[in-house]
Amino acid sequence: MAAPHLELVNVSKQYADTPAVRGVNLGVNEGAYVCILGPSGCGKSTLLRMVAGHETVSDGDIVLAGQNITTLNPAQRGTAMMFQSYALFPHLSVRDNVAFPLRMRGVDQADRLTQADDMLERVQLGSLSNRFPAQLSGGQQQRVALARAMITTPRVLLLDEPLSALDPFLRVQIRSELRQLQRDLGITFVHVTHSQDEALALADQVVVMNDGEIQQSSTAFDVFNKPRSEFVAKFIGGHNVLSLGDRRVSIRSDRMSISRQARDGLFATVVDIEFQGASVLVKSQLDDDVDAVVVQLSDERFFDQPLVVGESVCLMWREEDAHTLAA
Amino acid sequence: MRDFAVNRTSGLLVLPLVCVLALFLVVPICLILVVSFWDYNEWNFFPAFIFDNYAYIFTSPVTWATYLRTLQYTVITWVFCTAIGFTVAYFLAFHVRSQTWQIALFLLCTIPFWNSNIIRMISWIPFLGRNGIANSVLLDAGLIDVPLEWLLFSDFAVILAFVHLYTLFMVVPVFNTMMRIDRSLIEAARDAGASGWQTLVHFVLPLSKPGLMIGSIFIVTLVMGDFITVRFMSGGQSASVGRVIANEIALLQYPAAAANAVILLATVLLIVSVMLRYVDIRKEL
Repeated sequence: MAAPHLELVNVSKQYADTPAVRGVNLGVNEGAYVCILGPSGCGKSTLLRMVAGHETVSDGDIVLAGQNITTLNPAQRGTAMMFQSYALFPHLSVRDNVAFPLRMRGVDQADRLTQADDMLERVQLGSLSNRFPAQLSGGQQQRVALARAMITTPRVLLLDEPLSALDPFLRVQIRSELRQLQRDLGITFVHVTHSQDEALALADQVVVMNDGEIQQSSTAFDVFNKPRSEFVAKFIGGHNVLSLGDRRVSIRSDRMSISRQARDGLFATVVDIEFQGASVLVKSQLDDDVDAVVVQLSDERFFDQPLVVGESVCLMWREEDAHTLAA
Repeated sequence: MRDFAVNRTSGLLVLPLVCVLALFLVVPICLILVVSFWDYNEWNFFPAFIFDNYAYIFTSPVTWATYLRTLQYTVITWVFCTAIGFTVAYFLAFHVRSQTWQIALFLLCTIPFWNSNIIRMISWIPFLGRNGIANSVLLDAGLIDVPLEWLLFSDFAVILAFVHLYTLFMVVPVFNTMMRIDRSLIEAARDAGASGWQTLVHFVLPLSKPGLMIGSIFIVTLVMGDFITVRFMSGGQSASVGRVIANEIALLQYPAAAANAVILLATVLLIVSVMLRYVDIRKEL
């Protein structure tokens, strides 16, 4: 197998006394859409900023397209970053914003404006190129930031929580546009997010981080179906983590079922019922566990024999759905 | 009906401010305007409606010379205050990383202002004088053979005092504007390939414009209206519009002083309005 397009080798970041990133090893293939997922403060943004060159690396190496870029300037790396707040230049028009990186590279004016217009056309903002950032909506600003980041055709585009400033409806729409654009351009995207939905929907490769370390790096399907640790199972959501004998297992909420007739399974008491539209979440409490177990039932199944809070039930699942977690 | 009640409440709320401004700003200016048309002789001045005061000002070559000199002071002071003020503000805002140090150094800048203007001005005299510290140091170092005469009681001394007195009026608004510049913009500029110098020219400078403009307004109004600095530091050898007015008052030529004041006010307002055309400072206020 060919060497990865972007490779992080034992990358660490140490602030005064606290380590923010501890010895991260990661390989990213060319043209992949990678999501770095984790709770706030897990070091995911620091990691991204180290790749971009906006944060120094305390230890380790970053290699992009066969070149060690660990100590290079941001502009020499072949990376481009899209900032969370978009960081559009307020005193420049949309066209000048997008053309700016080319200007810094010494591209002459006519040429860079043509290229900027092409790129704006691509993100469907051709008609707004003379406006100023303050005159655009959040979604439009986001596209300008994207166009500005892509104008130099970077080897890898780094996106720091690109969707978090948008309202939920727009977020889903822009999300699919982002994926479409990435596919069209074939540029490697590394996208930092704290949203599980975003990561699962977008990524070829999901990297789950916690406490400065990578917990799991695999396909979205594997992260969801074969979470490696209890942290991943809980953070990705839709899972219950249970102790069965001497092992810890995770079971997807929608793969569990509930029965009133006590048979062989776990006994629990229903503590809450949440209607979700297409499905119903039934929360129940085991006698000996602190966490509630959530079972996701289709609305059909639930309303066939509705449960009520306080009822004693038996939780069941198929053995092959119980996924053993690493210790 | 309700709108009327709301209007009345807001009307009452602004009333105190209107009274203060009317009493201390509008009425005095109106008085000056009225008096500027009065007549006077060697020992008295009295109501009249004559244009002689203005006619004299506009026809006297002294007026033009003083205005030219005053504008010269203003421009040179502005250049130095802007250059120094911008640099200091830039250093404080972008090179001092910890907020504690930023505040500490900022307060350090204001310490001279705990003293009166006049004291700060006069304290230059022993430094710049013929046998002052500057001259003795230069003589001792063998850099000069005879004391420099132009250090004190000269235009150099006037400008030096102005710059010393008013640079902070540039530092404060520019620092304030710079602190509002989103730091991710600077990172985005670096990401786009801008060098430190290019970032300064393409981003920090244009984005600091409102602060620069506010500071410039301070400096222009302060220097244009000054009479005491020019008198002390030039040793009475240079004139400015403010000094002309002060002299006229000393000679009890109040109508002439009033007419001069009206013209000075109009000139300063004109300059400020021209400056405001170029930069929108509303978002800073």
